[in-house]
Amino acid sequence: MCGIVGLYLKNSALEPALGHHLGSMLVGMSARGPDSAGIAVYRKPVPAGSIKLTLFHESDAFDWQALRRALKTDLKTDAHGEIRGSHYVLVIAAELETVRSWLAIHHPELRVMGIGESIEIYKEKGLPKNFVSRFKLDELSGSHAVGHTRMATESAITTEHSHPFSTGADLCLVHNGSLSNHNRWRQKLSRRGIDFQTDNDTEVAAGYLSWRLNEGDSLREALEHGLKDLDGFYTFAIGTRLGFAVVRDAIACKPAVLAETDDWVAMASEYRSIAPLPGAEAADIWEPEPETIYTWERA
Amino acid sequence: MITVDLQDQPVRTLNAQLIQLPENTNQKAWRVVNPMGAHAVAVGLTQAVNVDIEGHVGYYCAGMNQLANITVHGHAGTGFAENIMSGIARVTGNASQSAGASGHGGLVVIEGNASSRCGISMKGVNIVVGGSVGHMSAFMAQAGNLVVCGDAGADLGDSMYEAKIFVRGTVASLGSDVIAKEMRPEHLELLSRLLAAAEIAADPGSFRRYGSARNLYNFNVDNADSY
Amino acid sequence: MSNDSRNLSESATFPPRVMAEIQRAAHEGLYDIRGAGAKRRLPNFDDLLFLGASVSRYPLEGYREKCDTNVTIGTRYASKPIELKIPITIAGMSFGSLGANAKEALGLAATAMGTSTTTGDGGMTDEERNSSKTLVYQLLPSRYGMDPDHLRKADAIEVVIGQGAKPGGGGMLLGLKITDRVAQMRTLPKGIDQRSACRHPDWTGPDDLEIKIHELREITNWEKPIYIKIGATRTRYDTALAVKAGADAIVLDGMQGGTAATQDVFIEHVGIPTLPAVRQAVDALQELDMHRRVQLIVSGGIRTGADVAKALALGADAVSIGMASLIAMNCNAPIYQADYEKLGTRPGYCHQCHTGRCPVGITTQDPELESRLNPEHAARRLKNYLSTMVLETQTLARACGKTHVLNLEPEDLVALTVESAAMARVPLAGTDWIPGRQ
Repeated sequence: MCGIVGLYLKNSALEPALGHHLGSMLVGMSARGPDSAGIAVYRKPVPAGSIKLTLFHESDAFDWQALRRALKTDLKTDAHGEIRGSHYVLVIAAELETVRSWLAIHHPELRVMGIGESIEIYKEKGLPKNFVSRFKLDELSGSHAVGHTRMATESAITTEHSHPFSTGADLCLVHNGSLSNHNRWRQKLSRRGIDFQTDNDTEVAAGYLSWRLNEGDSLREALEHGLKDLDGFYTFAIGTRLGFAVVRDAIACKPAVLAETDDWVAMASEYRSIAPLPGAEAADIWEPEPETIYTWERA
Repeated sequence: MITVDLQDQPVRTLNAQLIQLPENTNQKAWRVVNPMGAHAVAVGLTQAVNVDIEGHVGYYCAGMNQLANITVHGHAGTGFAENIMSGIARVTGNASQSAGASGHGGLVVIEGNASSRCGISMKGVNIVVGGSVGHMSAFMAQAGNLVVCGDAGADLGDSMYEAKIFVRGTVASLGSDVIAKEMRPEHLELLSRLLAAAEIAADPGSFRRYGSARNLYNFNVDNADSY
Repeated sequence: MSNDSRNLSESATFPPRVMAEIQRAAHEGLYDIRGAGAKRRLPNFDDLLFLGASVSRYPLEGYREKCDTNVTIGTRYASKPIELKIPITIAGMSFGSLGANAKEALGLAATAMGTSTTTGDGGMTDEERNSSKTLVYQLLPSRYGMDPDHLRKADAIEVVIGQGAKPGGGGMLLGLKITDRVAQMRTLPKGIDQRSACRHPDWTGPDDLEIKIHELREITNWEKPIYIKIGATRTRYDTALAVKAGADAIVLDGMQGGTAATQDVFIEHVGIPTLPAVRQAVDALQELDMHRRVQLIVSGGIRTGADVAKALALGADAVSIGMASLIAMNCNAPIYQADYEKLGTRPGYCHQCHTGRCPVGITTQDPELESRLNPEHAARRLKNYLSTMVLETQTLARACGKTHVLNLEPEDLVALTVESAAMARVPLAGTDWIPGRQ
């Protein structure tokens, strides 16, 4: 069980403060999710021909610079990166599969947390407030983000098991609730080429979404299929390159609050995470209806 | 008038002060500011004091209320006035799910919309909603009255017992064993009183009444589809 | 009649009992509802044995050399934790499923022994509050009779998520037992077949439970211990989540746990036995470094001091008894035999609690039947039974060299079967082998 948050900026003047606001939203969800925290931030889109990967290594002593230099040399291309907490954001002018193969051969111990043009995914065990300071969220600018604080229900507390889960480029999912038919779906999706790294139910939901998108569904169609196929109690917040989406199952027992001003749209499991946002007192506040897909995105 | 700022003091301090008020206290007017979505604000009160909360509250505000008159000038989270025994609990904005859950008495007024499961398991409370209610409202409602000036979501009153439901707008669907019932003079009179107590203006004649068909009160094989 | 025994062979798949149930279902078109707990054979504490004193371990003398039995519940957050003189409490059983005399008897006996009783689905009665010195008040999905004044009068609060007989199911009370008084307490029409909700109305999930527990603490000024009761299913996760949601104590009810009325399919086919559940719960507590800091009370088929001692040895802080306390008070006693026969059963086999026609006056609301249970006499019998169990527990603990029954540990035990060895994680007797462990 967990707390989930999402923040989509309509006013680009607020972009430098995205990380700061997201951090205060995460801390508001600490009681619901003391075990681990994670965010997906959409920022600094890379130029055409380049891709961005967020990488994780268990040891803080890992030599990311050496990795970057080796990649530059071996792939004969430009690569730069930024260390943030236990993660590294690599931007490289190469094909995704080329980079993946190289990593699999040379550094199989690295985990790829996120891939895409603008997404960066950070997740770590421990309390949200520690996450905020460790990853220096106050420094993070961006256009939109989703976040998650976790109270582990049925799978282990590890960095990999934390949300958000990403199974496609610039795509991520956070989840509050408990799926009840994810095991069968994990098997089906594995046979259809989706890779799973954990036994976590949320990862199955993310994988399901990727599968539907690969089959040609729009995001909305994929979520409509998901409402039929995924069983259990859930509120999902989905991040995409252009925006985010929120959806609740038909029974809608898990909480969700949406709020909107001229400057932003925010989503959280409890209002108290929305309260500290600028202008929150005057925001439109409502609850998403069950089985209804809400999306916000840039044109 | 005593003002408590929840940015300066925790909810614990506020509730302890309210709970420890001596009987027949003269500290009857309380104003709470900056709740910022805090949970369990003004719960378990036992005296006829007035509490005005300025801002939005989280879960269970006014939970298990006895005698107090509590108003949230803003929105309320899950379980507003849950298990209320007596007194009045009011929200000027909207209320999240399970408003008035298992309430035994008193009056709950939601001037805006209530979400799903409004009045779930109600046991005698009267709930008046100025706007609409979401799905599964009055689920297993045992006693009391739910008045909805707007619309009602799916499965209204599913598995209910002897509570009464009045809806002015449309009902998306009725729950198991719920039927529309005749509005008689005593129901119009009851509605009038409830709307007046809630200080919400509406014409009793424009409401329809719903209640239990009482077919599921005893187990019967022919009703298996409804279980 | 043929002498060929091949024509009189019973099917193991369709024995007479199963055939009778299929025929009953064909006749009635509804699931079978009954009282009591799981009746089928399950791995249980009988499969474990104590390793008493030996050349390397020395026993305590009886009587003179003390073996203490007291336990404190609610040390984590409550300002007024519960002090129990014995590590055996009386489990939650409702007024409604039980008659008022039975509830009073339970209270009198528990008070005499320095332990607690628990209300059930339907609320708190004056009789039980007045007769029981230490009363735990349940908060159930139905919220029948839930009253903040009773919350404040209670000594502890037990948030019920489920019980061993029906994890995932709600309470049930059939029409014959919904008398005026029961109906009034539960705000229901008289004579209906009561169906309780299986989920709480205003929270779902441990993240929201955390907020609910906070509300209960605020209402009761942070004084009273808050227990969370679960039926044994995914016990390891449930225990961890109960700790994270803020529980002071966890009440764990294995599948042998009883009920006064539930579907037979639920009783026999859902949940895990108490034996593996205890181990999982203790593992979860130890992983969170919360063993002995969040107390664990175990129920579901506790019958003797041997069961008590084994549950404690596996890591429980206390046990709770339901069915056994009723049997001590004459449930299934060989008296009023004609009335057992009217129910189609005999003493020793009866599980007809749901009918409200209990021949000995326990699970009934009928005044004539209830008069067969004298509260003082029943309390005396129950007190004797509790005393016996405590003495038995102490005897075993002393034999293992313990000055306090909570000093019993898993290494004092061995198992007789592979299943029980794996479930309890103790070695198969005479070997070093724990199945599933390196």
